[in-house]
Amino acid sequence: MEGNTIEVDIKVPNKTKYLSLIGKIGEDIARELERYSGDKEVLAYHLNLVLTEAMVNAIKHAGPKEPEKLVRIVITLHRDDLTIKVYDDGQGFDINAIPAPNFEELEDRGRGIFLIRTLMDSVAYRKSCKENMLEMKKKLA
Amino acid sequence: MNLASETRNDVVIIYVKEERLDAHNSTELKSAVQKLFEDGTKNVLVDLKDVRFIDSSGLGALVSGFKNAISHQGNLKLSSLQSQVKSMFELTRLHRVFEIFPSTVEAVENFQS
Repeated sequence: MEGNTIEVDIKVPNKTKYLSLIGKIGEDIARELERYSGDKEVLAYHLNLVLTEAMVNAIKHAGPKEPEKLVRIVITLHRDDLTIKVYDDGQGFDINAIPAPNFEELEDRGRGIFLIRTLMDSVAYRKSCKENMLEMKKKLA
Repeated sequence: MNLASETRNDVVIIYVKEERLDAHNSTELKSAVQKLFEDGTKNVLVDLKDVRFIDSSGLGALVSGFKNAISHQGNLKLSSLQSQVKSMFELTRLHRVFEIFPSTVEAVENFQS
């Protein structure tokens, strides 16, 4: 692999007890960045958060009949380009159909995708017959 | 989930003794707050001093508690937010919903006023 690239490819059981483990990987990557000009601790929180939200999303969409399934997460950092892919094998959903939260209404839910969209440069969800993938990108300059 | 509580001047203070308040543990906080209001408590303060990280589920559990307070004619307030946790409230506009205090002392005083 090229010298300027980090790739983390990890699979964990689709259980919320592993959220902290996955989030910490994001934090560690942020703290190791040599050229990042912004606040690394803020970035660490944001990467922890988007990984947490994306994994919760994958757990929610995973097939309920098979609780022993794994969630696969691939984090790639190539120069300043960060890409996070989170795979699930559930029914999938239409990310464009999810509305932004209505700030006047006090809902318990519905802020996860909003937070991902706010903190990352681009978010896409691709459905296929075999598996679905949530892909998030951010330029870390 | 590790929760501690004490009662000060008719205010039940719940201390969330966790580094993370997320989808893994926030349901327990939601249930604990719900039970307090159902049992007749009117004033609940949730102290987040130890919480370094909150996600949308954690925020959702607090929103649920806030709505529970309203439906029982009670109050739910927050104290001791770390700066990054507070910024999540700002990002989701929830800082306009909750009364947030720097410390439990200031929050408890506010309940009395």
